[in-house]
Amino acid sequence: MPPALKEPLPACETIVECSNLSFRYGKTWVLEDVSFSVPKGESLCVIGPNGGGKSTLLKLLLGLEEAERGSLKILGKSPEKARSKIGYVPQAMRFDPLFPITALDIVLMGRLDRLRIGGFSKNCKAIALEALAEVEMADTAKRAFADLSGGQRQRVMIARALACEPELLLLDEPTANIDLSIEEQFIETLQKLRKKMTIMMVTHDLDLVSLLGDSVLCVNRRIHRHSLPLSGDTIREIYSGGRRIEHDQRARHNHGDHSACDHD
Amino acid sequence: MTELFDALENFSFMRYALFVGILSSFTFGVVGTFIVTRRISYIAAAISHSILGGIGASIYFNRVYGLEWLTPMLGAIAAALISAGVIGWVTLKFKEREDTIIAAIWTCGMTAGLLFIHYAPGQAVNLESYIFGDILLTSWSDVIATVILAVLVLGLVGLFYHKLVAVCFDEEFTSLRGVSSKLYYFLLLGIVGICMVLLVRVAGIVLSIALIVLPAATASRFANRLWSIMILAVILSVIYNIGGLAFSFQMSVPTGFFIVVTAGVVYALSFCFKRRKN
Repeated sequence: MPPALKEPLPACETIVECSNLSFRYGKTWVLEDVSFSVPKGESLCVIGPNGGGKSTLLKLLLGLEEAERGSLKILGKSPEKARSKIGYVPQAMRFDPLFPITALDIVLMGRLDRLRIGGFSKNCKAIALEALAEVEMADTAKRAFADLSGGQRQRVMIARALACEPELLLLDEPTANIDLSIEEQFIETLQKLRKKMTIMMVTHDLDLVSLLGDSVLCVNRRIHRHSLPLSGDTIREIYSGGRRIEHDQRARHNHGDHSACDHD
Repeated sequence: MTELFDALENFSFMRYALFVGILSSFTFGVVGTFIVTRRISYIAAAISHSILGGIGASIYFNRVYGLEWLTPMLGAIAAALISAGVIGWVTLKFKEREDTIIAAIWTCGMTAGLLFIHYAPGQAVNLESYIFGDILLTSWSDVIATVILAVLVLGLVGLFYHKLVAVCFDEEFTSLRGVSSKLYYFLLLGIVGICMVLLVRVAGIVLSIALIVLPAATASRFANRLWSIMILAVILSVIYNIGGLAFSFQMSVPTGFFIVVTAGVVYALSFCFKRRKN
């Protein structure tokens, strides 16, 4: 079993330390004086309106963008140096569904490194298979990625991130494009992982936030931290744009959760 | 068929053509699979057309300045690598629209080649053999060059197979693992460039893209792993090359045309069968 998956982590150290971080595209500030920290073992959900800076924050955490001001440390190092300890799960929808590759081949990408020449070692394959087993996808190792359902593809992506033996798992909208029948099973997988490692998850899905989050980071150029559960007013405040909240409220209403509904 | 075996026994150019055809098939099958799955057929087409620029320049400078070491093959390799480098660099660095750069490289390369050949002194250049290819003109030096280039291409793919696959599937994640996706994207384009040079001898500048894309595209309908597509594409390429050589010899038609038409018909017929699924 990969070392990172063996034991539940004690929540004591700080995994992410961000202070007075600012970032801009051209003249437009996307993030301004953002400060937060993520202790080890926490499951933090990042929500906010479209264009609020969630994706930019994710890119900064991955070291794909550089901040204009402030500091960002992951495990005490710069994001670029800490990359090997970050497991990243992008949205599965952006991949070519016809690419001829198996689930195991994709998970093995988590074992890539700069100096590797030739094939993967037996140890790498064992770690990849363990990661697939962790997300209950061991039986699909030899199946083509194209033949998997949306939920299965997303779990393969999580297995790839786990194969990196990460200390921080970053997920970008993990339930996007997954239908409701599969979502429940997928959430169970994430709940299991939540007990074992630090998770940061960008999402629009407020059900997912209530099921998986320890706390919520609301990003809209600046950052506000909220404890759970979120009240209807807080949600309204976060999504000041209006359309998103209507959509989420409708989704929650359809699931029988009326806490965010207008009752007047 | 007996005539083909007789010809192989009696004529060295036939043996060279057969050897180059079979050896090149390994390169075409492997690299073609990357081209089809990464969806960069149009880049390969632009590189193949720009090769005429290198061939024309080498002929011109060879004749005008007496640079005898500057062979058309060397000019073609230089043009292919420069085109691959420019397409990759401009796309990554300036976020320029890839299709615009490809169109520019495609047309400018080919036009420059035609201009150089037009102004080159001495006897007229057999332009048709470069544009449509003629494997029967393969010389001993072409055989040596093909062996070197094929070993180079297959060696690079063998060494960096997993990184090339990762770059083709997910550039961003590859970078996050500390592997330079830009470097391996350039390597892939460079490999495609060298492969297109090999193709010019077999099928010419215009037909080369069909010979590299069609076997892999056909194979991808019946295999669902990258390496299995490569093996099937190599087998198809070998069949097309040997078949093309035999029939063109028998029926006195240009080899390149016959190979490409056969590859096209087989690809079209492949749609009569269902794409393979697990």
